[in-house]
Amino acid sequence: MNFDWSVLISAFPDLMQGLQVTLLIALSGLAGGIVFGVVAGVALEYGGRISNALAHVYVALIRGTPIVVQVMFIFFALPLIAGIRISSIDAAIITIIINSGAYNAEIIRGALNSVPIGIQEAGLAMGLSFPAVLAHIIAPLAFRRSLPAMGNQLVNVVKDTSIFIVIGVGELTRRGQEVMAENFRSVEIWSEVAAIYFLVISAFALGLRLLERRVRLP
Amino acid sequence: MIEFRQTTKSFGDHVVLRPTELSVKSGEVAVIIGPSGSGKSTMLRCVNALEKINGGDLLVNGISVLGSPADVRQIRRQAGMVFQQFNLFPNLTALQNVMFGPIQVNKHSKFEAQEAAETLLEKVGLFERKNHYPSQLSGGQQQRVAIARALAVQPKLMLFDEPTSALDPELRQEVMKVMQTLATEGMTMMVVTHEMHFARQVGSRLIFMENGRVIHDGEPTALLSSPPSERFHNFLQHVQ
Repeated sequence: MNFDWSVLISAFPDLMQGLQVTLLIALSGLAGGIVFGVVAGVALEYGGRISNALAHVYVALIRGTPIVVQVMFIFFALPLIAGIRISSIDAAIITIIINSGAYNAEIIRGALNSVPIGIQEAGLAMGLSFPAVLAHIIAPLAFRRSLPAMGNQLVNVVKDTSIFIVIGVGELTRRGQEVMAENFRSVEIWSEVAAIYFLVISAFALGLRLLERRVRLP
Repeated sequence: MIEFRQTTKSFGDHVVLRPTELSVKSGEVAVIIGPSGSGKSTMLRCVNALEKINGGDLLVNGISVLGSPADVRQIRRQAGMVFQQFNLFPNLTALQNVMFGPIQVNKHSKFEAQEAAETLLEKVGLFERKNHYPSQLSGGQQQRVAIARALAVQPKLMLFDEPTSALDPELRQEVMKVMQTLATEGMTMMVVTHEMHFARQVGSRLIFMENGRVIHDGEPTALLSSPPSERFHNFLQHVQ
């Protein structure tokens, strides 16, 4: 076969539109997933019996089911159970937030746990309340410890957006499929889609590497 | 200033501190010695409620460690603590470590806190190292920063939990010099240590503990020159 370079150019605008949707879902997922992860992670590490149990159930449910099933449930089953109708893009965003939040929770729990108890006691011994110790002493150290694992997880969030093709969200993978259905140039299109994912994820990874270096302790 | 009233502490079934009566007055330097596992560190940690007591009461400047969380924070503000492992905040410089308490606890302005912190670092002989991170300081230097950090919140008494045990013999001296200066300035101190010459030179009181009990309590030179019990005599031979 001959590789038709002009297909890359003609497909590019469509794929860029898909990339916008992918980035919208991914960035919402990152931000929301961090919020969910911090809340659940703190509950896992320091929560009382009830909040701790809730966080455990949340993490177990999400880790114990595939993300495809989760989004199917939210998009197709939830309207029937609760009468809530949501658009496919909203379903995608909700799913990615809930999903990545659960993985983040475990990462954050581990990072909080890694802060030496003596350093926490040093803060308490000065007369700080525990929430203040958590905010001013534990958090900055746990943040640094969590970065490598969080980086991995954040990259997964970008890639996981491609599975939302199953509910017809017009993200990058879906757009690729649509273009291919018109011109049947699968080699060119999937090469281009793969390259775009690769570049975006490399940019994320580089950003994280720089952040890690910036906050590294001497 | 510190009053143990039939204070007890146990971890599960393991009794660490048996009913203890002890009072430390303002300006006293009480040096606590004893074999490991005798309860001396636990006793110290009960004073600022890092360990919760199980029985009796314990008053610090008239406030009970069994009081409300606000009472406990009040006690901790009045009782500075220095740890065996220094426990400096690794993400902050020496100066920032010392400024941390005044800013977060006493709500001082950054400017005020910095001036006070620089004075304290000067006092412990580390002004030149103020912009170093803990990992860039020797153990002795870290411990001196830790003392400055504890002093920065202007405590009324200081608790030292084996402050020189993690240090090389050469580095112990610089830490003990700082502690000695504090003592001569009239700071009330409780010091858990194995340094007998510190007990002799700086201590105004020597407390020997074993098995969660205070066995001897008296003037250091007198106790050390004529040990009142066989057990104490043997202990001294091992540490000296």
